[in-house]
Amino acid sequence: MSAPDDLWARLTRLTPARIGLGRAGSGLPTREILRFGLAHAQARDAVHTPMDAAAIAEAVEALGLRTLRAASQAPDRATYLRRPDYGRRLAPESADALRREAGEPVDLALVVADGLSARAVHEGAGALIAAFRPHIAAAGWSLAPVVIASQARVAIGDAVGSILKARVVAVLIGERPGLSSPDSLGIYLTFGPRPGRSDAERNCISNVRPAGLSHEAAACKLNWLLGEALSRGLTGVNLKDESERRLDAPEGVPTLPGPGA
Amino acid sequence: MAYRHVVGPRCWAFSDLATLMAKATPVRSGDRLAGIAAESAEETMAARWCLAEVPLAEILARPLIPYEADDVTRLILDTHEAGAFAEIAHLTVGDFREFLLTASSETLARIAPGVTPEIAAAVSKLMRNQDLILVARKARVVTRFRNTIGLPGTLAARLQPNHPTDDPAGITAAIIDGLSYGCGDAVIGINPASDSLHALGKLLHLLDDVIRRLEIPGQACVLTHITTTIEAMNRGWPVDLPFQSIAGTEAANASFGVSLAILKEAHEAALALKRGSVGDNVMYFETGQGSALSADAHHGIDQQTLEARAYAVARAYKPLLVNTVVGFIGPEYLYDGKEIIRAGLEDHFCGKLMGVPLGVDVCYTNHAEADQDDMDTLLTLLGAAGCTYIMGVPGADDVMLNYQSTSFHDALYIREVLGLKRAPEFEAWLARIGLTDGDGALLPGDNGRRLLGAAPDLAA
Repeated sequence: MSAPDDLWARLTRLTPARIGLGRAGSGLPTREILRFGLAHAQARDAVHTPMDAAAIAEAVEALGLRTLRAASQAPDRATYLRRPDYGRRLAPESADALRREAGEPVDLALVVADGLSARAVHEGAGALIAAFRPHIAAAGWSLAPVVIASQARVAIGDAVGSILKARVVAVLIGERPGLSSPDSLGIYLTFGPRPGRSDAERNCISNVRPAGLSHEAAACKLNWLLGEALSRGLTGVNLKDESERRLDAPEGVPTLPGPGA
Repeated sequence: MAYRHVVGPRCWAFSDLATLMAKATPVRSGDRLAGIAAESAEETMAARWCLAEVPLAEILARPLIPYEADDVTRLILDTHEAGAFAEIAHLTVGDFREFLLTASSETLARIAPGVTPEIAAAVSKLMRNQDLILVARKARVVTRFRNTIGLPGTLAARLQPNHPTDDPAGITAAIIDGLSYGCGDAVIGINPASDSLHALGKLLHLLDDVIRRLEIPGQACVLTHITTTIEAMNRGWPVDLPFQSIAGTEAANASFGVSLAILKEAHEAALALKRGSVGDNVMYFETGQGSALSADAHHGIDQQTLEARAYAVARAYKPLLVNTVVGFIGPEYLYDGKEIIRAGLEDHFCGKLMGVPLGVDVCYTNHAEADQDDMDTLLTLLGAAGCTYIMGVPGADDVMLNYQSTSFHDALYIREVLGLKRAPEFEAWLARIGLTDGDGALLPGDNGRRLLGAAPDLAA
């Protein structure tokens, strides 16, 4: 018979859930109160830290890509959280500015949006675009300037993609932070972007972060979905992600790591 | 018909009952988002003065959503018991509040089938938090499957052992952890990450196995879409409780992919399995303010009234468990701790007044202006209000659904502070296997190890 500590050491390895915490009477041990409090503090900071658009622009431009700035109709964070409809619409001056920049039709527009975690885009957007660039080059897709949008929800990509005449828009956005995932980036892909598209018409790649889906793996999934979206002319519930079945990756492009990678 | 109220030089007018009820509601972000909230504090109070004068019979006679247009309205009116209503038919909403404050538990049980969701919601809008607590505490609703839930002086807890990838070993570890704190009398209920039938089958068998081997007087549930559960029952898999999220309008339910007919089919199929040992309450429902608005199916009605209508849907199927997931939906519906606390008390009150066994998932997300202190406050208030059950999530951190709820420890806290017991059959089982003393208090030492003494290979 093993010591009690061995049992709980073994059980706690089986799940990320907070099990085997012990107790002080009916309450939590002080260590666990502090651990929980720190995780919540990090999640709250992820929601409320303003996005540093200049730093993101610098990282994206270092990859040789042009960037543009945009803002939603939500004037501040408190309004943004109460009124998701404002976060889905471009501020009129941003719409005008994007219209002046719009050129010929392109295959893809990339939008970096703060969403509910600026930390996720600070730590993940540049790295994801860097991992995705070789796929763009290999496929020969044309790309609009990368738009960095503040106080923005997923659907802001519909307006951006439509103004920039993109066949598909990909929105890289900070996801709602969980207690153990304050840095999770989501990617939403929409074919034929225009205001009024529903969530059922999008594909999502979720949980992109160091402890979740890696940037390289996410870029492979995005590459597969974008290729399918452009060739089949749709995104959404009728386009299932089968990227893991893909065997015929083009040469020189990283393929999806297998299990355990 | 317009409703009017004069305050000094100003005459406030409200074009119809839905508008009046929306304006009388304590202000919250979801009603603002819908554009139906009061625009000033005085307007809220003018609406409440007006609403206090409205006869209950008038609310019954003026459905907020037409009978022809919505099957939830038809359900409410077709199952309304005129005999039960007769006792309160002469009252206004304001009178009804005073009636409730003085009514006995027996009176509340007698009138419950005559209380429509709109009547419950209307009177709640005139009530302070203490009124919601005092009246709900008197309205007891007792249900049974393999144990007895809702008896006075008890509070049950759902053991929620979720795992991000439904890993059976990880889920089992969380179940052992929860049981070792004496949690799980309401149900052991998993929210699966996968919606596949295959995954459902694995989890149903896992839970059935745990309950059989430890001889737990309790029930299990995998909270997946009800049509998937119907298929599982057709295949002879061990389903104790079919689950479904429900809402207060036909269109909102349709957005969840359910109808009253589907709920009836699942209810009848589960009854036919006869898996309960002490009773036949076989359904588990979850609800939450804001779901109808989020599905664009709210008909211009305030979110609290629509939530009460969801309880009318639940009531039709004699459920074992119903809980509002009060802070899960996010700050665009309930912005902060104050709004979440108020909504939790309203939901619990309305459910109990209608005769529904209401529990509360006391919870919040990280983009709401709330924290664990707010949850402590709501939990304590609900304990005082006689809430049927709460959630038990390891460390209050749900690693699959990414929100914070109440924990195994929180259940111990509320039992200690308010002297609340578990379901009696479950309480007796814990004492029998040596986890608790005669009063239901946990014994010192490693309860996980004691549990595994009863089923050593469970964590192999």
